[in-house]
Amino acid sequence: MNLASKKAALEARVAIRRAVRSWFEGQGFLEVETPARVPSPGQEVHLEAIPAGEARYLITSPEYHMKRLVAAGLPRIVQICRCWRGGERGSHHEPEFTMMEWYRAGASLAEIACDCEALVEVAARAVGHWPALDVPASRGREGRPEKLGVQAPFERLTVREALSRFAGIGLCGDESVDELRSLAARAGCNLGTAVHWDDIFFQIFLDHVEPHLGRYRPTLVFDWPLPLAALARRKPDDPVTVERFELYAGGLELANAFGELCDPVEQRARFVEEAEQRRQRGRVVYPIDEKLLAALGDMPPTCGVAMGFDRLVMLVTGAESIRDVMAFAADEV
Amino acid sequence: MSTYDTSDIRKGLKVMMDGSPYTVVEFQFIKPGKGAAFTRTKFKNLLSGAVIERNVRSGEKMESANVETKTMQYLYKEADSFVFMDTSTYDQVQIPSETIGEDALLMPEQIVVEVLFFNERAVGVTLPNFIEQKILATEPGFRGDTATGVTKPAKISTGATIAVPLFINAGDTIKIDTRSGEYLERVGRA
Repeated sequence: MNLASKKAALEARVAIRRAVRSWFEGQGFLEVETPARVPSPGQEVHLEAIPAGEARYLITSPEYHMKRLVAAGLPRIVQICRCWRGGERGSHHEPEFTMMEWYRAGASLAEIACDCEALVEVAARAVGHWPALDVPASRGREGRPEKLGVQAPFERLTVREALSRFAGIGLCGDESVDELRSLAARAGCNLGTAVHWDDIFFQIFLDHVEPHLGRYRPTLVFDWPLPLAALARRKPDDPVTVERFELYAGGLELANAFGELCDPVEQRARFVEEAEQRRQRGRVVYPIDEKLLAALGDMPPTCGVAMGFDRLVMLVTGAESIRDVMAFAADEV
Repeated sequence: MSTYDTSDIRKGLKVMMDGSPYTVVEFQFIKPGKGAAFTRTKFKNLLSGAVIERNVRSGEKMESANVETKTMQYLYKEADSFVFMDTSTYDQVQIPSETIGEDALLMPEQIVVEVLFFNERAVGVTLPNFIEQKILATEPGFRGDTATGVTKPAKISTGATIAVPLFINAGDTIKIDTRSGEYLERVGRA
């Protein structure tokens, strides 16, 4: 392997890390470090945690322990740390990667969206690429290189608007599996043997919506349907959607944000439901994090977001593959 | 017949979809943060050549396509078919003219081609990318006339008419790209 060819990318990585750390410090964030080996690595249906001995797993994100810190009275915290997700390998995925995750107590999801806009600017300026970024052909539409303007404001869409605009279907979020299936058929999707609500949804989303997001400028997609809630709270005025956004830019899924669910009763019910989903799909079922549930009751209204740090570096340096911005990819270890 | 799943997807994998054989030309692992893994895959229809993109969810099964390519030599033409010989077994097969289509006009006898079989039936012929052919007839050329972009029609012995530069004469041998049917260069003079 030619490590020297990575020198420029590794220098850019450091410059970006330094710049974003300084931005967080200026915003009054406390940088924290939470455990990488935990008994409950999360219950999300599609994440595989890597076992780490003695009933411990490597974290798939630092979310649970960071929330416990918020509940314990730290209103603004950030962490840039390694996370591990088994079986994920591709030009945008590595099983070991770096996550940048931050929480703001008392803030709205709109404020977190502004944080994302600011951080993309900070990162782009740190490598001297502002305000237009080069998107390489492999991430461009139809395999062509394109430019991405990253000045705020980013485009803001709801999931419903995006599905209506790009897939031509009207989705509420409370459809039954059969209703969703007929919407997918109308959009011309090939569902194969999909029987789960989220699998059908993502078939529609990946076939028709995702390729259009974050083109020419980044897109924030808000208001996800309740079945895709994970750890987000319901919108009080629209209970079939949750307070969540995803950020797409230049062919990359860059960040996922939640208005954090602080209700321990609803959270427990979702953990139980997700554990059941995992069991049905033949996946390992992890123990429920009782210490997190105990802490949630003390957590003030909070919004949090996880941004893929490697992908942020890819975005502002125009890298084609995540391995181009890491010193060693998993198959180089 | 075997089945594949998304972890088997690689370039050149041949699978059945909607009753037609396809080959994988490109693929990428994708995974929404909160969703299942998919493989964004470009498939080429081996019968029509059309390329389609599908997002195949992890765990979906695909049936292998019973296709194989054989290296064969073109022997001679019959009324409405062409006779080829397998260069390793010496078996002879007849392929209907309509399967070969316009490529027949660029197919000299003795040429070695790749024949695609689907369910044991020949469904397509791939010529070598380049062939060399003698000009049978064309308007006389002018020595020194090398103006670029100006062409005239020229007939070759396999039946095709090729647009050639003005300086080419009957009896010259030219190199042709079989994929585009275009003249590339003169390789021999009359």
